[in-house]
Amino acid sequence: MDLVTPGIGLIFWQTITFLIVLFLLSKFAWKPIMSSLRERESSIENALSMAEKAKLEMQELKAGNEKLLAEARAERDRILKDASAASNQMIEEAKAKAADESARMVAAAREAVANEKRAALTEIKNLAGSLSVEIAEQLLKRELSDATAQKQLVNDYMKEVTLN
Amino acid sequence: MKKLFALLLVVFSFTSFASAAAEEGEPFNPGEMITHHIGDDYTWHFADGLVLNLPVILYGEKGLDVFSAGNFYNENHDVVPYNGYVMEHGHIYYDNGQGHPRTETVDGKEKHVGPLDFSITKNVASLLISAVLLLGIFFTIAGRYKKTHGRAPYGIQSFFEPIIIFVRDEIAKPNIGPKYERFVPYLLTIFFFIWFNNLLGLIPGGANLTGNIAVTMMLALFTLIVTLASSNKNYWAHIFKTPGVPIPLLIIMIPIELVGILTKPFSLMVRLFANITAGHIIILSLFSLIFIFESIAVGPISVAFAIFMNFLELFVALLQAYVFTLLSAMYFGGAVEEHDHVEDMGFGDGAHALTTPVAAH
Repeated sequence: MDLVTPGIGLIFWQTITFLIVLFLLSKFAWKPIMSSLRERESSIENALSMAEKAKLEMQELKAGNEKLLAEARAERDRILKDASAASNQMIEEAKAKAADESARMVAAAREAVANEKRAALTEIKNLAGSLSVEIAEQLLKRELSDATAQKQLVNDYMKEVTLN
Repeated sequence: MKKLFALLLVVFSFTSFASAAAEEGEPFNPGEMITHHIGDDYTWHFADGLVLNLPVILYGEKGLDVFSAGNFYNENHDVVPYNGYVMEHGHIYYDNGQGHPRTETVDGKEKHVGPLDFSITKNVASLLISAVLLLGIFFTIAGRYKKTHGRAPYGIQSFFEPIIIFVRDEIAKPNIGPKYERFVPYLLTIFFFIWFNNLLGLIPGGANLTGNIAVTMMLALFTLIVTLASSNKNYWAHIFKTPGVPIPLLIIMIPIELVGILTKPFSLMVRLFANITAGHIIILSLFSLIFIFESIAVGPISVAFAIFMNFLELFVALLQAYVFTLLSAMYFGGAVEEHDHVEDMGFGDGAHALTTPVAAH
C-alpha cells in the first residue's frame, strides 16, 4: 500500500523542481534550440531552392550559349560563303580583264606588225626603185662602151645587192 | 581470458554469498529487501559503509525542523528516536514518549500521526541531480547552437539534436496539428525528464524516482492541467454534446466523458509507475533467487537474466518516456483540435465541406 501512496514531500519537491526545470529549459534551452533548428532548416531549404534556381539558370545560360554558338557558326558560314563568292567574282573579273587586255595587246601587236610590214614593204619598194634606177643608170653608162662589159657589170651589181 | 572471467565470477559469487551468509541472523526476506529498494529512504545507501545522510525537513506542531537523517541511527546502525520524532517503515512520526509512533483513532482505525514531511529523501536528491543534469546538458547544447550558429552540430549537440527533432516532428507535429509549436517545450521537458530519471534509476544504487507514484502523479497532473488550459470549445462540445449521439444517451455519455478526462492522466500515472517499478522488482527478484536458493549455481543464471533484464530496462526507459510524451501530445491534440469532421488533423488540407460541396458527408 505504501508503494501506491504518494508522499507529500515528493509531490512538493517534484512540483517545484519540475516547474523550475520546465521554465528554465523552455526559456533558455528549447527556445534558442528550436529557433536555431528552424533557422537552419529554412536556410537549408533556401540553399536547396537556390541551387535549383542556379541549376535552371545554368541550363538557360547553356541554352543561350548554344544558341549564340549556333548563330556564330551560321554567321561564319555566311561570311565564308560571301568571301568565297567575292573571291570567285574577283577571280572571274580578273580573268575577264586579263583576257581583254591580252586580246587588246594581241590586236595592238598585230597592228604594229602590219604597220611594220607595210613600212618595210614601202622601204623595199623604195629601195628596189632606187636600186633599179641606179642599176639602170650604171647600165646606161656602160652600155654604150662594151656590151659584155655592161653585162658583167650588171651581174656584179646584182651580186652586191642583197635583197633584204 | 574466458577462464579468468569464470574464475572471477566464482570468486565474486563466493564473496557475495559469504557476506550474505555472514549477515544472516534471520532468514532472507526478498519482499522486504525489494520494497526497501524500490521505496524512498532518508539516507542514500550506495554500499555497506558508504551511506549519505540526507537532510530531514519536517513541519508540524513543533514548527519547522531541519536535521540530518543520521540522527535516527546510533553507532550500531539501529533506528533510534530523535528530538521527539521516530522513524518507522520509512516514515517519520511523532514520538509517543516510549520511542514508538504516536497513534490516534480515526473511524475506528488506529493511525500513526506525524508532521508534514518535506525531507530531501533519496528520491528528492535524485530528482535534484536529474534537474541539474537536464539543465547542464541542455544549456550546454543551447550554448552550442548560439556558438556554432548556422553550422553543423557536433558532439553532445549532434547526439541530442535528432532526439529533439524526433519529439518535435514525430510526436508533437502529427499528434497535435498546426498548433503544435507551443507544446513542444513541455513535451521535450517531460520526455527528457522521464528518460533521464529512468536511466538514473537503472544505475546501481540509484533511486527509483520514476517508479514512484508521487512523481508520475505530478507528471500526469501537469499534462492534465496543460490539456485543460489549452482546450477549446470543440473539446468541451465533444464532452457535453458528443456529435452524433442521441440526446437521451447523453445522460450516460456526459459522465463517461467527464470520467474520461481523469482516466487519461490516471493511465499515464499508472503506466509509468508500474513499468519502471516492475522492471526494478524483476531485477531485484532475480538477484534474490541466489539468496533464496542459497546456491552458487544459481548465481550465473541469475546474473545472465538480470543482465538481459537490464538491457530490456534500458529500452523500457526510453520507451516509457516516448509513450508518456506521445500520449500527452495526443491529449493536447484532442484539446486544440478544430472539429470540422475532416480528417486532416486541422491542417486544413482535407476535403472540406465548404470548398468541395460534393465531398460533403
